Amino acid sequence: MELYSLTVHELKELLHKREVSAQEVTKSYLERIKEVEPKIDALVTITEEFALERAKVADEMIKNGEAKDLTGIPVIIKDNISTEGIRTTCSSKMLENYIPPYNATVVERLLNEGVVILGKSNLDEFAMGSSTENSAFKTTKNPWDLSRVPGGSSGGSAAAVAADEAAFALGSDTGGSIRQPASLCGVVGMKPTYGLVSRYGLVAFASSLDQIGPFTKDVTDCAIVLNAIAGHDPMDSTSVKIEKPDYTSYLKEDIKGLRIGVAKEFFGAGIEEGVKETVEKAIKVFEDLGAEIIDISVPYVEYALPAYYIIASAEASSNLARYDGIRYGHIAKNYEDLVDMYMTSRSEGFGKEVKRRIMLGTYALSSGYYDAYYKKALKVRTLIKNDFERAFEKCDVIVGPTSPTVAFKIGERTNDPLAMYLADIYTVSVNIAGLPAISIPCGLSEGLPVGLQIIGKHFDEGRILNVAYAFEKAYKFDAKPQAIGGER
Amino acid sequence: MAISKSEVEYIAKLARLKFTEEEIEAMAQELSKILDYVNKLNELDTENVEPTAHIVPIHNVFREDEVKPSMPREKVLMNAPFTEQGCFKVPKIIE
Amino acid sequence: MKYEAVIGLEVHAELLTDSKIFCGCSTKFGSEPNTQVCPVCLGLPGTLPVLNKKVVEYAVRAGLALNCTIANFSKMDRKNYFYPDLPKAYQISQYDLPLCSNGYIEIEVEGGTKRIGIKRIHIEEDAGKLLHEGTDGSLVDYNRAGVPLIEIVSEPDISTPEEAYQYLVKLKSILEYTEVSDCKMQEGSLRVDTNVSVRPVGTTELGTKIELKNLNSFKAVQKALEYEIKRQIKVLEEGGTIVQETRRWNEAKGITEPMRTKEEAHDYRYFPEPDLVPIIVTEEWKEEIRKTLPEMPDAKRERFITQYGLPEYDAKVITSSKKMADFFEKCASNYHSPKIVSNWLMGEFARLLNDTGKEIDEVPITPDMLIELLKLVDDNVISGSIAKTVFEEMFFTGKKPQIIVEEKGLRQIADEGELRRIVRKVIEENPKSVEDYKKGKEKALGFLVGQVMKETKGKANPQLTNQLLREELSK
Repeated sequence: MELYSLTVHELKELLHKREVSAQEVTKSYLERIKEVEPKIDALVTITEEFALERAKVADEMIKNGEAKDLTGIPVIIKDNISTEGIRTTCSSKMLENYIPPYNATVVERLLNEGVVILGKSNLDEFAMGSSTENSAFKTTKNPWDLSRVPGGSSGGSAAAVAADEAAFALGSDTGGSIRQPASLCGVVGMKPTYGLVSRYGLVAFASSLDQIGPFTKDVTDCAIVLNAIAGHDPMDSTSVKIEKPDYTSYLKEDIKGLRIGVAKEFFGAGIEEGVKETVEKAIKVFEDLGAEIIDISVPYVEYALPAYYIIASAEASSNLARYDGIRYGHIAKNYEDLVDMYMTSRSEGFGKEVKRRIMLGTYALSSGYYDAYYKKALKVRTLIKNDFERAFEKCDVIVGPTSPTVAFKIGERTNDPLAMYLADIYTVSVNIAGLPAISIPCGLSEGLPVGLQIIGKHFDEGRILNVAYAFEKAYKFDAKPQAIGGER
Repeated sequence: MAISKSEVEYIAKLARLKFTEEEIEAMAQELSKILDYVNKLNELDTENVEPTAHIVPIHNVFREDEVKPSMPREKVLMNAPFTEQGCFKVPKIIE
Repeated sequence: MKYEAVIGLEVHAELLTDSKIFCGCSTKFGSEPNTQVCPVCLGLPGTLPVLNKKVVEYAVRAGLALNCTIANFSKMDRKNYFYPDLPKAYQISQYDLPLCSNGYIEIEVEGGTKRIGIKRIHIEEDAGKLLHEGTDGSLVDYNRAGVPLIEIVSEPDISTPEEAYQYLVKLKSILEYTEVSDCKMQEGSLRVDTNVSVRPVGTTELGTKIELKNLNSFKAVQKALEYEIKRQIKVLEEGGTIVQETRRWNEAKGITEPMRTKEEAHDYRYFPEPDLVPIIVTEEWKEEIRKTLPEMPDAKRERFITQYGLPEYDAKVITSSKKMADFFEKCASNYHSPKIVSNWLMGEFARLLNDTGKEIDEVPITPDMLIELLKLVDDNVISGSIAKTVFEEMFFTGKKPQIIVEEKGLRQIADEGELRRIVRKVIEENPKSVEDYKKGKEKALGFLVGQVMKETKGKANPQLTNQLLREELSK
């Protein structure tokens, strides 16, 4: 039983009992990374020296009786989350050499816990994509089948956790970027309620939709990590002041009488037969556990994807305007004057998909089109929000497939942006409404993982953890990614 | 097509991006396809619907007027390609 | 054909908060470049703004002082454009729901007062500073990026350059009174842009608006408008049309000229700022802020009349500037004659301030120093006219009056013996005037007094001189 194959809570027990040291754990993970990275290319930066330093700090904390839940636990952080002194590239040529002089709030919180940072993971450039193929540096492979994508945009983080390169990872989710890759890689991934986790330090893509969340090997770990990163941050005006519960207190197996909503809208639009069957079997498990399955409908969800693309692209076009090479980032070598410098630097620094979305977003906000596009999308957002409110009068959580398909082949959708966008069809409405949702593995189809999405009401993370935990205990998903040699 | 080549050129300028002829062609086609798709929203009557700009219903989030230490100048300039006399340097601007 | 002008003024005032609008960096003026910058105001990837509460309070205070309606619900918006002094490539400002609207200022015009409407006041962040001298490129300093501003937009109710000037003087005075801004154009804490169009008298349709920039003083605004109005009228009279553009005031040449950089119509793509939540100003909060309003010019003027017995004219002049009013009050509360203080402020002090273009707080004279000077006159140590010389010296050197009197030997000659000796000498040296006086010409006495003054370099006590001359002449 290799240390790298253990969960956070298993490692915590060993560490706190001093049966193993943080340095040993870290070395195990660093070895694992050396072993599988050449196959999956999940990481942009590996911080070996820093990791070993942090492991020493963790061992001190444990020795002094100051150990916390995540002390000595190795983590990988998506490369769009600022880490002081460690380059943060957003997988873009634009920020290839950018070194932030500050830590994101979530990173500060994790460092206070005593975590060990192993490195930064690959993503679709500036978090725009659903396969991690839009990275300017490398294409991450799905540990279950190296010819397939890990999903995106947090593909690197998902693949890293699936391949045991870290005990847990952080990702970001704007339209499904944590949940969809979690589903495709067979791990647990959660997007918290908008406003629960600070965005300070997350390189902005779509400000009104972005959230940071955990990738973990099981639901218990997810609750532990959420405890560490959630909570009000005075540096983020959109973070909410609430009574923060202990999320691990919701890890119970009992869901008798719970009303589980199933929406037909989440079973349409190009769903693979295998995915449909697997998810329906999962829903049966809930029934067996004593929950009530209720048919609900959220008809406006059909409009979530077009609304999402307008809102996200519009905000992104504004958020990415700061990249001009003057204060940081890529600057062109040859230009005629100031305006040319802007144009050349930006055109050289950004990839195709990013440019496409900037163009779309600029158009949607431009004079004459604002009302028809951006304002319209904000109105549709209200309709979607109300749809979910109505649905939650009838049920406590909503479940369905996270993704309409299992992992698709690398290169399969790169020539058809619209086909790529459809990968998010079940996840985007959740971001539009600001709701929390988790994806947990619920089976295999054609040997590839299928994810079950559980959506909750605002700030009802406890409930969805409860449902996820109950499912996990009843249905043991212990398949391992074969392509890289798994071990548990 | 939902968006013309000249509109693409105008938007590119507005966004400070430059494209080759072929890229403009391709962009016009791709954007038109996407715009056709997002025009689906016009199926909905939103006449009496209020736009939601913020999903979280909070307001009046403030900080106190207290001075906090700034970043040391070396850190401020650390990622810049060109600096001079403690400032960021850009091509000459005539105002 | 007679034409009339339609003028609007846009004023940006930096607010006197200690820290910037969205971060804790200091707003202090004049520091080394890029030493008051942090990840937030530098716009580093991942950073977020948090609104300084005092900015809202100051803006509401200004709005109340300018008779505005304060919005119950207000929000921030992004104004998107590219320029090196704008680190995020958007300015966080307010577009369609400003904090204040529908206010007014009353200015003095021939025959009474005129009300100039204030369309709106909103809060926004300032950009950094660009420096073009001493380098082969251009240099950017972000110390100023994120300093809070209020933008005050007038209605196009202003009809003449003189009215524009009066509006600005009154606006500055009111803002100084509210203590939300120190309104120093030379330091950039007050900036003015104006737009002007002309139309035939009696018509209501507006002509094409021209924007004028690079106005560095209130007088420049007035002169630029005078020139521009004449220019526009000339163009129209010669059958041409006014092309909408932004023109630059050239102070040296005294003309407006088209700006060299083409000003493409900006598409700012305004949209609600997603990183900031709306601002709700309740009635209670508004009233709390109203209570923080310092005494406004009109109230102070009335109080100076009743409390210090100042004539209305004096009270008006003294209270037109808060700093002068404060100076006056500090003196008047420690001296027996407020009117004398007022005379000095309106007379010598105002003259020197005008000549040097300085503000009262930029000059080394303190209220205590002025009182010391007045007491020297009261005690007959120096004469009234010598006091003016001393005052001017105080103004330029900051030395105390007593010191100046000693150093320059300006003590009044009040010793009877010494003065009588000089009087006799003057009588001896001016027989013709003596004869004229004895013949009944009073004017000759004045001449003789003047001669005594000349002899004593102005230090003779005038009353005693007069008295002694009469005595000696009657012998």
